[in-house]
Amino acid sequence: MKSLLSLAAQSAWNRRGTLALVMLSMALATALLLTLERLRTDIRTSFSQAVSGTDLVVGARTGGVQLMLHAVFRVGGATNTVKMSSLRDVAAHRAVAWVVPLALGDSHRGYPVLGTSREYFDRFLYGDRQPLALREGRAFAGTLDGLYEAVLGAEAAEALGYRLGTRITLTHGLQPVAGALASEHADKPFTVVGILARTGTPVDRTVHVSLQAIEAIHLEWAGGAPVPGVRIPAEAARKFDLEPKEVTAALVGLKNRVAVFNVQRFVAQYEAEPLLAVLPGVALDELWAAVGLGERALLAISALVALVSLASLVAVVLAGLNERRRELAVLRAVGAGPRHVLALLAAEGAWVTLAGALLGAAAAALAVRAAAPWLQAQFGISLQWAAPTPAQWGLFGAVLAAGMLASLVPGWRAYRLSLADGLSPRL
Amino acid sequence: MQGGAVEPGPVGDAALLQVRDLRFAWPGEQGDVLALDGFAIAPGRRLFVHGPSGCGKSTLLGLLAGVLVPRAGEVRLLGQDWARLPAARRDARRADHVGVIFQQFNLLPYLSALDNVLLPCRFSRRRAQRAGAEGDTAGPGAEARRLLQRVALPEALWTRPARLLSVGQQQRVAAARALIGRPELVIADEPTSALDAALRDEFMALLLGQCEASGASLVFVSHDERLAAAFDDRLDLPLANRARAAADTRGAPGETAHRQAAGQGGAMPVDR
Repeated sequence: MKSLLSLAAQSAWNRRGTLALVMLSMALATALLLTLERLRTDIRTSFSQAVSGTDLVVGARTGGVQLMLHAVFRVGGATNTVKMSSLRDVAAHRAVAWVVPLALGDSHRGYPVLGTSREYFDRFLYGDRQPLALREGRAFAGTLDGLYEAVLGAEAAEALGYRLGTRITLTHGLQPVAGALASEHADKPFTVVGILARTGTPVDRTVHVSLQAIEAIHLEWAGGAPVPGVRIPAEAARKFDLEPKEVTAALVGLKNRVAVFNVQRFVAQYEAEPLLAVLPGVALDELWAAVGLGERALLAISALVALVSLASLVAVVLAGLNERRRELAVLRAVGAGPRHVLALLAAEGAWVTLAGALLGAAAAALAVRAAAPWLQAQFGISLQWAAPTPAQWGLFGAVLAAGMLASLVPGWRAYRLSLADGLSPRL
Repeated sequence: MQGGAVEPGPVGDAALLQVRDLRFAWPGEQGDVLALDGFAIAPGRRLFVHGPSGCGKSTLLGLLAGVLVPRAGEVRLLGQDWARLPAARRDARRADHVGVIFQQFNLLPYLSALDNVLLPCRFSRRRAQRAGAEGDTAGPGAEARRLLQRVALPEALWTRPARLLSVGQQQRVAAARALIGRPELVIADEPTSALDAALRDEFMALLLGQCEASGASLVFVSHDERLAAAFDDRLDLPLANRARAAADTRGAPGETAHRQAAGQGGAMPVDR
């Protein structure tokens, strides 16, 4: 058997060009499958870890998914605002422990700006109930003296190259309008006072300022545009009442989770304005169900790709079989049995599959490593350069098993041929 | 001996190869392609099997080598009927006792000439041992070199891949391979048809000489009757084959009388 394997190796080396192509196609299929699986897992993790420790997200009445996208993922605008007076009523509910208001709608160089209270840094949790941590500096003061202070998410700071003390200006709206300096809040620059540690959540991309700062930069604004002829200098703004009247959403924590549906109903039936409260977990699942459909389609496509490359493996080996019938007849003549022939071809297929799958796994790992910073920057998805997930092992095993099964097809064909051919291939 | 066969009868009339009432049909096909009453070959004898292409010569060789199994009748090598052995044992027995030379494409192109000669030793411990025990203690490799020397392959070519050899050189390597480990039977299927006249004569002399030197019996198939003179016995396959299917495929109406005459005339060449 050992000598047979060495023969198989020598024979395979003789046809290394073709086999390398087959192996490459196997590698590509494997890499595609594994990368997609990694993406899927990590996107899902990113999703589910974006917020925790918050029992309800409250906003103007809209869809639950839309509210989550706005309040947690900073995607899309709010359809309407929430009055601070309403939030005070919610906070007064006996089951409610805390309310952190969120004011979204401005941005800095494409990074969303979040106006919030200092409490945000204590109350907001992500992942497995991990609190936010400052990598450098401190949280914004939240006082009049520290009105124009900003705290950056790790990625925003890194990508823009900002350090403590950097002065930045905010832009009205979520996307910077090309050439439209008018929409810049350029007259009221902010100073970076803190940079958060990386969380792998949308927080990394966020510029945090106080609610009062948001009020201040919008003092002379009305209806989304500066009021002509009115200019209020940054210093003068401190003299105005900067207590916000409206925000776009709020995070709510409860004293006791059992009351969550009571509070949700209280918010939904609030009469002063139409409001909505969603459970983050439920809304995230809903969101994932929408996104997950595409993700499953991707996985199905890559499974098809794997299938196609297996089919090409079989086709290539089958096509090469006729050329090898003489070789097989020679082996038969010197004493190899049809089962040796079967073993020879199966072993070759198995090796090609194994090598291809390993190559693909390595390629997938490298691709994930190479693409991780870009994905993080572009989509806020943090990919793990980590040990394979059980699902990845499963896929890897499935590719191997399918490849070995597939290589039995030409093996079986060769077996039949060598039985029929005997010593003289009837070509 | 792996087959565990018993040599029947007294040594004097023990045939190396004995065929009796052989009937062969391809699986799934109607009618026999081969129907032979029988013949035998004594150790060391040389049989020339003659016939035009398509008359079943290669099929007969497959049966003699135990690659194919007859529908009825028996083919005994060293007293052991191939059909009574399971397939794996037939393969092992063939590796031990039979050397084969094809018309062409004899060698594995990716192995060196030397490794091609040594190929049977990979499948047969018996032949590896016999090749090693032949001369000094240098093992099968030394024997392979000796054989390549005897078939006059230039030493520079021994370690080169077989695909780089000319057809004539390849045939000589094939002869060396068939002979390594001194198998009792060498089967040659038109080994000279791809060679020109000069090379053919050279090869024939070499093959016959080496078979004689190693004591092997030789079954040599060819359509070229001029080669028959050098052989002890002769089997005219179209004459000996009484299969209806074979007659049909030949389809020549005049041949029936010819065949009958041959049958009466005892042209069936049993070991003389």
